[in-house]
Amino acid sequence: MTRDDEGLETEPGPGAPVLPERRRFLARVCVGLGAGCGGLAVPVVGFTLAPLLQQAPVVWRAVGKVTDFKVGETTNVTLVDASPLPWAGMTANTAAWLRRTGENEFVAFAVNCAHLGCPVRWMPTANLFMCPCHGGVYYQDGSVAAGPPQHGLTRYPVRVQGDEVQVRADPVPIG
Amino acid sequence: MMGARTWAARVGRWIDDRLGVSKALGPLMKHHVPADAKWWYVFGSATLAAFTIQVLSGVTLAFSYVPSAAEAYETLQFISHDATFGRVLRGLHYYGASAMVLMVGVHMAQTFLFGAYKYPREMNWMTGVLLLAFTMLMGFTGQLLRWDQTAVWSVVIAAEQAGRVPLVGHALAHFVLGGDTVGGATLSRFFAIHVFLVPACIFLFVGIHLYLVLHNGISEPPVPGATVDPATYRAAYEARMKRSGRPFWPDAMWRDVVFCVAMIAVIAALAATVGPPALGKPPNPAIVDAYPQPDWYLLWYYAAFALMPPKIENYVIIGGPLVAGTVLFIVPLISNRGERSPRRRPWAVAAVIFCVMMVGSLWLEGARAPWSPNFKPEPLTADIVGATVGPVAEGARVFQEKACLNCHLIDGHGGRRGPDLSHIGSLLTGDDITIRIINGGTNMPAFAGNMSPEQLADLVAFLRSRRTAGAQ
Repeated sequence: MTRDDEGLETEPGPGAPVLPERRRFLARVCVGLGAGCGGLAVPVVGFTLAPLLQQAPVVWRAVGKVTDFKVGETTNVTLVDASPLPWAGMTANTAAWLRRTGENEFVAFAVNCAHLGCPVRWMPTANLFMCPCHGGVYYQDGSVAAGPPQHGLTRYPVRVQGDEVQVRADPVPIG
Repeated sequence: MMGARTWAARVGRWIDDRLGVSKALGPLMKHHVPADAKWWYVFGSATLAAFTIQVLSGVTLAFSYVPSAAEAYETLQFISHDATFGRVLRGLHYYGASAMVLMVGVHMAQTFLFGAYKYPREMNWMTGVLLLAFTMLMGFTGQLLRWDQTAVWSVVIAAEQAGRVPLVGHALAHFVLGGDTVGGATLSRFFAIHVFLVPACIFLFVGIHLYLVLHNGISEPPVPGATVDPATYRAAYEARMKRSGRPFWPDAMWRDVVFCVAMIAVIAALAATVGPPALGKPPNPAIVDAYPQPDWYLLWYYAAFALMPPKIENYVIIGGPLVAGTVLFIVPLISNRGERSPRRRPWAVAAVIFCVMMVGSLWLEGARAPWSPNFKPEPLTADIVGATVGPVAEGARVFQEKACLNCHLIDGHGGRRGPDLSHIGSLLTGDDITIRIINGGTNMPAFAGNMSPEQLADLVAFLRSRRTAGAQ
């Protein structure tokens, strides 16, 4: 490699006096053309980062009939994500804890612990949510009872349409 | 016979002449290394050998693995249970990964203790730190490709950690998930990162790392008092190699080969006998009955989050890896001259011991996970309770119903989240016990309003009955 370079440097020829300029020009052409190819970064980066910018549509999912739930009880319900990809399979599911607090009143909690997102479990006789990962505990209203979580369980909006209970398919609660 | 051998030699010479193999590789193989660079110098080669196992087993697994959120789990079932040698290959990939993490750690500790990162090998060390980061990234993303329930929750945990980063946290979390939730986009992104992106970086940096090993030479074992002076080091090293150096092949390399083959034999034996980690439940985020835990090489980090005060968590999640990575990376810029011998560098030895003890003790705690409630405690027997009717027996029932047993031990039954209550009656009065149950504490829920006065009285009666043998 270096030998070639040295060879070129010492090569005498009729064009020798103009050679440095011509070389500078050729070098610039190469760098310029190469930099132009950097434009390929636009589709590459755009494709990879696109999921960050997409806004999920607001979608309500039916999780059961009002009569399926007893007042004062907390039940595990499953809903499908807002805009699942066709090949998502079972990973399109999300769980929530649904508590019927009154005749037509419901509260839905994300299953994700407010600490690091692990799925909390409802202990029906103790009226507590417990996290298996680092021991976070929540009361039945989702507020922190013990352990590392700094805030309570995230709530999903719930509504009753006719005799159907619907939970809004929100993103995984972050932070 | 003789004719065949000459013929083979001629073919060999022809190929070598046209390809220039011995011309290109000869000087590399024969470059001189210090005569006393012996068994301490095998760990870098071992890391590379483990990486080679990973490439081989990984590419083979990719023949059957389908990186689709819906189907990966089934292809893993097929690979694990039906495919010829599938279980062995998964085992090779798992134990190969374990060996690579272990060897990269030992290699790093050895080069640090020997002061081999000092002049002129600063960049050897720095590219090595990047390779360590890539290795950990491979470990984490690889665990996710084992697309079971634990993998899905590990993605969520990673996204939650990324979400703590100021300003860009939400964007980072979405980048990890590949969207708003775990779903179809999540797995294929991790697959591309694990199979193409990071391996490409590893190939590139292994190339640079090896080039630097040749360019700067293998460091001589440190001798107390033989200090590094950038002004004279290179000339002294060259003179030393001329005087007493040995060709790498085969004088030094045989040790690398012996050690690497021994390591590969252990990996293969574990893969064939113990086998790969079992697949967990299906990757269905709707199954909340989960106990996500990372593989052993990240378990210590996971344990740290249970033990650190929650208030400093945000700083540690972001600052911890950032500071640790930066400090490691700039080590040779802080000190690149002077003593190399660990005998004259007590703080260097202390730093390594500290790191090993920190990771080791966090790892042991992580394996025990005393902070996790026990969701399947063995019920208290009548024998343990000591009564079948009356307040004590009723109290024992309340103790189990109200999930006290999930966090507290009674005669070896229960959880380890809270204190062992086997002899609590000898330590606290009834009033003290009542106050604690009603008010709770940092790591205990308050049970005021969560049990009737009768239940509370029974529970206190039960706990008061838990005494040391002598105190009855």
